[in-house]
Formats: sequence, C-alpha cells, structure tokens
Amino acid sequence: MENVVELINVSKKFKGFSIKNIDLHVKQGFVTGFIGANGAGKSTTIKMMMNLLRPDAGEVKLFGLDYQTNEKDIKERIGFVYDSNVFFEGLNLKDIKRIVAPAYRRWDDTLFHQYVEKFELPLNKSIKTFSKGMQMKASLAIALSHHAELIIMDEPTAGLDPIFRRELLGLLQELMLDGTRTIFFSTHITTDLDRIADYIAFIQRGELVFSKSIHDVTEDYALVKGRIDLLDRDTEKAFVHVHRAPTGFEALTDNTTEVKEIFGDTVVMERASLEDIMYYFKGGIHHV
Amino acid sequence: MQIIISNSSKEPIYEQITNQIKSSILSGELQEGTSLPSMRQLAKDLQISVITTKRAYEELEKAGFIYSIVGKGSFVAEQNLEIIREKKQRVIEEQLNAVIINSREIGLPLDELQQLLEILYKE
Repeated sequence: MENVVELINVSKKFKGFSIKNIDLHVKQGFVTGFIGANGAGKSTTIKMMMNLLRPDAGEVKLFGLDYQTNEKDIKERIGFVYDSNVFFEGLNLKDIKRIVAPAYRRWDDTLFHQYVEKFELPLNKSIKTFSKGMQMKASLAIALSHHAELIIMDEPTAGLDPIFRRELLGLLQELMLDGTRTIFFSTHITTDLDRIADYIAFIQRGELVFSKSIHDVTEDYALVKGRIDLLDRDTEKAFVHVHRAPTGFEALTDNTTEVKEIFGDTVVMERASLEDIMYYFKGGIHHV
Repeated sequence: MQIIISNSSKEPIYEQITNQIKSSILSGELQEGTSLPSMRQLAKDLQISVITTKRAYEELEKAGFIYSIVGKGSFVAEQNLEIIREKKQRVIEEQLNAVIINSREIGLPLDELQQLLEILYKE
C-alpha cells in the first residue's frame, strides 16, 4: 500500500465556494503538509478525508478502502487531531479516556499512560484548565494510544508558541521513526513544513495547485530578480507572477530550467520558500 | 558520525549530507562495513524530512559509497576504484597545496613552479 489516502477527482459545492476536481494522494511513511491560505479549502478537504462531509462527486479511499463499506475499520486506523478542543470542557483526561477507549479495538492503556507521562498531562484536571498546547498534546496522546497508522491534523500548530511548535515537530519526527506511520497536516505556518515535510500539497481557491515532494518544489520553483528591461511578453511566460518595482522585478517561476535558458546569468535566482510560493500564487488572482 | 547542516547554504541539504558522509568515508573516519543510522533516525537527529535523508542515502548508494540491506540498514561499502581514485586525488590536492604554500613563502612564481613540475613529471 503506497498511498494511505486517495482522493480521486473529488468535488464539493457550497454556496459561494467549491472544491473542484481534487486528485490527492498521501504516501505511506511520510509527512505530507497541506498548505493554502485561509478559506482555500483545507478544512473541507480534511473533512472529506474523515467522512465528516461527503463529496458531490469523486472517490475517497483510505488504506485502499472506501467509507461506504469500511467506515469502522478506517476510523480505527486514523488518529484525528483538531486545532481546538473537541472534548467536553468539564471532563478530565481520565474521564475522556474512559469514554473514548472502548470505541477502539486496538486501544492501548499502557501506551496512553506513557504518553500522558511523557507530555506531562494531569489526569484529574478538567480540560478547560489546559493551555492550548496541553489540549493539543491530550488530543495527540489519545490519537496515538489506539495505534493510529494515519495521523490527520488540522492546523495543529496554529495558536501555539514557537517553543511548543518545535517540541511538537520533534515529537512528530519521533513518530516517523516507525516507517509505516503517515502524517498529514494542514497549516498556514509554512516554516513548520520547511523543516519536516516530505511532500507538500498546495490548495488555492478549492483547487489543488500541486502535490509534490519537497525536493521537486525546491527544484521547480525559484524567486527570480532582475532588471525590468529583461521582461517582455515572451520572457514573462516563464513566471507564475511578476512583481514590478522601479528598481527591478521580482518573480516566481515554476520552471527553473526555462528561466536559466532564457535569462542565463542576467538574473539572480534564489530558493523560493513555501511562503513565497503561496504569496505569488495569490498575487496571480489580480492578473490572470 | 558528525553532520553539520546549514540552513542558509545554497547547497541543498541532501547534498550537504552526501558530501559530509563521503568525506568521512574518504578520510577513513567511516570504515568499510560500518553501519549508518537509519534514514528515519538521521532525519530525526538532524531535524529534517525523511525524504531528504532518503535522497542522500540513495545518492550515496548510486555512487557506490554505501549499500543497503532491506531490514538491516545501510553500511559503508567496500571502496571501488573510482572512490580510491577520488581519495588519492584528494591527497594529491593536499600535497600540491603544501607545495603552493611553500612556493609562496619563497616567492616562487607560478610559471617557474609549473616548469619545475613539468621537468619532474617527465623524468
């Protein structure tokens, strides 16, 4: 099984917003980061992966199975970590465990207690007294305690302080030591992904712009800077979007080889960060 | 095994890894048969993505520096001729560097040094 998640030509229409023909594959044993601006369709896509929303068209498969016939099996194998607390606020972790554990065949009590200890979570304090970071850890501890093979996280690092974010990323890397586990997480804090993501899926206005390995992203995309007079109708075609200033232009290309052929040494080429890529794609709205 | 990754370097991270492991092998710091950390372990230790260490190991394997056994891990390979050649070349470079330093110290210009080398090489 190479792909843990497969979205095949998935569409979903809402009033004023739609997901259009998304083809997305999430590879087993790797971290896939899901990026996009607010409102691009990240959460909707994740909800369809979780079967919390049904697509209007297309297929959703997890572990090669479909939800129609294998919902329980699939859910057993997924650990879902939300950006906010989904448990009853008044409950403590012990109560939550008592409610959640019987729902999973593979619930591992020893493992749960190991994580509780590791994350330094209090068992007897109600969840509402937890900080955002602790809530996140609690949610993760529960996901990990039923031996989830696929961990799906919706904006796990949003609202966390930088120190805790790093701690979380370190923890995720520890989880990846086990080569069968897969992590899929959405974020708009792209520096998190520069560090640990193996694959990047980028969604914009309900459409998947690309889904490729972090190497292909860094090899295909680059920031190009040069003199304004180098630009004309033909040379501009090499760029996703061009930003002009009196001092020169700065542009994003998705084809570094072409840019090298056209401009040679007359321009400066730099690595484009994920943030640069998102920004320039967004810029395309006004000019396409 | 020490590997230092620079995030501000123009050199891609996987290349930084391959180059550093290569020089550890060529310098003899990593001996034939030594087991390397698993690519997942290395990714965790360096705080980088698994796909990056995977690529680094793949490149090292392609170049014959290491080999992998499924389920056992990756090991430093028996060094082939090309590697030995590269290793020798490195030594030569170092020796020539010493020559250059010595020459500069006594103000021996490049063309005279070249002549000297030519004479000695043809002997």
